[in-house]
Amino acid sequence: MDLANFLIQLLNSVQYGLLLFLLAAGLTLIFGIMGVVNLAHGSFYMLGAYLAYALTGAWDSLALAVLVGTLLSIGIGWLLEKILFRHFYHRSHLDQVLLTFGLIYIFEELRSMLWGDDVHSVGVPELLNWSINLTDTLSYPAYRLFMLVICSVLALGLWLLIGKTKLGMKIRAGAFNSDMAQALGVNIVRLHALVFAMGVALAALGGMLIAPLSSVYPYMGSQVLIMCFVVVVIGGIGSVRGALTAALLVGLVDTFGKVLLPEFASMLVYVLMAVVLLYKPEGLFKQ
Amino acid sequence: MSAPLAHLEILPRSVHFLLALGLLALLAFPWTGQDFYTQMVTRMMILAIFAMSLDLLQGITGLVSLGHAAYFGLAGYVLAFMSPADAAASWLITLPVAILASALVALVIGFFVVRTQGIYFIMVTMAFAQMLYYLFFDNKGLGGSDGLYINVRPSALGLDLENKLVLYYFTLVSLVLVYVFLRRLLWSPFGRTLNGIRLNEHRTQALGYASFSYKLTAFTLAGALAGLAGYLWGVQTGYVNPELMGFHMSAHAIMMVILGGMGNVAGALIGAFGFELFLHFFKDLPTVGGFDLGKHWQLWMGSLIVLVVIVAPQGLMGLLRPRSQDD
Repeated sequence: MDLANFLIQLLNSVQYGLLLFLLAAGLTLIFGIMGVVNLAHGSFYMLGAYLAYALTGAWDSLALAVLVGTLLSIGIGWLLEKILFRHFYHRSHLDQVLLTFGLIYIFEELRSMLWGDDVHSVGVPELLNWSINLTDTLSYPAYRLFMLVICSVLALGLWLLIGKTKLGMKIRAGAFNSDMAQALGVNIVRLHALVFAMGVALAALGGMLIAPLSSVYPYMGSQVLIMCFVVVVIGGIGSVRGALTAALLVGLVDTFGKVLLPEFASMLVYVLMAVVLLYKPEGLFKQ
Repeated sequence: MSAPLAHLEILPRSVHFLLALGLLALLAFPWTGQDFYTQMVTRMMILAIFAMSLDLLQGITGLVSLGHAAYFGLAGYVLAFMSPADAAASWLITLPVAILASALVALVIGFFVVRTQGIYFIMVTMAFAQMLYYLFFDNKGLGGSDGLYINVRPSALGLDLENKLVLYYFTLVSLVLVYVFLRRLLWSPFGRTLNGIRLNEHRTQALGYASFSYKLTAFTLAGALAGLAGYLWGVQTGYVNPELMGFHMSAHAIMMVILGGMGNVAGALIGAFGFELFLHFFKDLPTVGGFDLGKHWQLWMGSLIVLVVIVAPQGLMGLLRPRSQDD
């Protein structure tokens, strides 16, 4: 592998890792704070991608679509938390697995009713529809770089929010010990709603940003959901820092695995997870 | 998280009556002469074996595996590998080998996973199943994403499984044997210990039971029984593909067990039939006012699952107990 090729793969792996982080961050917080196993998290990613498809179809502007789509998904997340998820925080993991698996069925069918079962594509915005030439034959699309930057900014923003603000402090307290945080005066009910809506919005945002790169298709959430669980478990449940580290690690292993060991690439990530759990049964960054 | 669910370990007379009635119906069913439905019922019985094997882990031992389909699919693959292209393999050989292969893989994977607890157990079992899934999915030599065909179904001792009726009764006998075996196991000292582990593992350990070996044995046994189901599935469909090991298949099994009510084997059995009947019913819904209800079966199935979790978390069997006996 020459340098240019290596660089491309490296950029791809970081970009994939950061995308995974967007999804896994919400998942790990929902997991850590509310104790909910949410198998339907991948559906929110799919929701985002389909919103991007529908809204760019209506307005012909990805930026506007992302803005409106994010607001919509915050609303949807808030509503779902209020009418459904709130009542499952203290149920067994098994009930949660079942509930959210049922939701996958429902979301997929609603998707089919609203947008059909075809594969759709979302155009890359005019402004970013060019590439950088690395060598005579290899180039890197600008949209991918743009996505890398946006995801980095979001990751940084989330890190600052969690690590440096008062709200972040409450979120961390909630993840560490929910009952104690409540006893100390944190409005845990509102915090839960907020975290859930944020998680949904981040997953949907990931879907919206990836839409121009991959296509928009049915069941696109399942594959990515399983990856996100791997990320969450490797990073340690409830740890945003762990999710970031694990997401980048998974991105690297998966991307380079596909280049170097194509026949075993998809397995490698799970091998990584098994190895990590054997040495650190609660993930890398469990507090 | 919350307290373990209450169990109907001692089955009420009504359930015994229902099961006996069901057995008679199953024995007589092929005489209705409806080939399509006979095959559908064969499929249900196979899934019921699969669900009961999961109940040994999920309901009896309290280990929620989201990767149980790995052992199911693996046995089907073993059959496919061992079947000659143009002749029948002997089920006297392939069936034990397939079950052993599933058991062996479950033993190795179990050695790693039963150390973990709760949510980590769910995730790690899933990860190992995904590993197997991709091993078969990505390697052309193992059939790749297209899977493998079993051209001629196995035969031995004059029982040719190519014959749909023979396969039906073969599956029915397997189903009854697995049910009786697991019910006896539930009340054996081994089963009592597994039950103790589910209710309070620390206390069981303190009483001197090596919970690790008990859990590993249960995991291996459940893998072997899932292998039996997977083998029969391969025989029935004549085809195996990686999806048999996939995430959806594993979740399918969990849902069947929950729908019926877990921890008493009978619930898993009833749940498997119930789940498939509901599925069939929803897919067959008519078109009402230009709206094809059947086409949107996923919506009804999903709503049913959500409804079951909300109103009947102990499954259909849970509805049987009087209110006062809850908790």
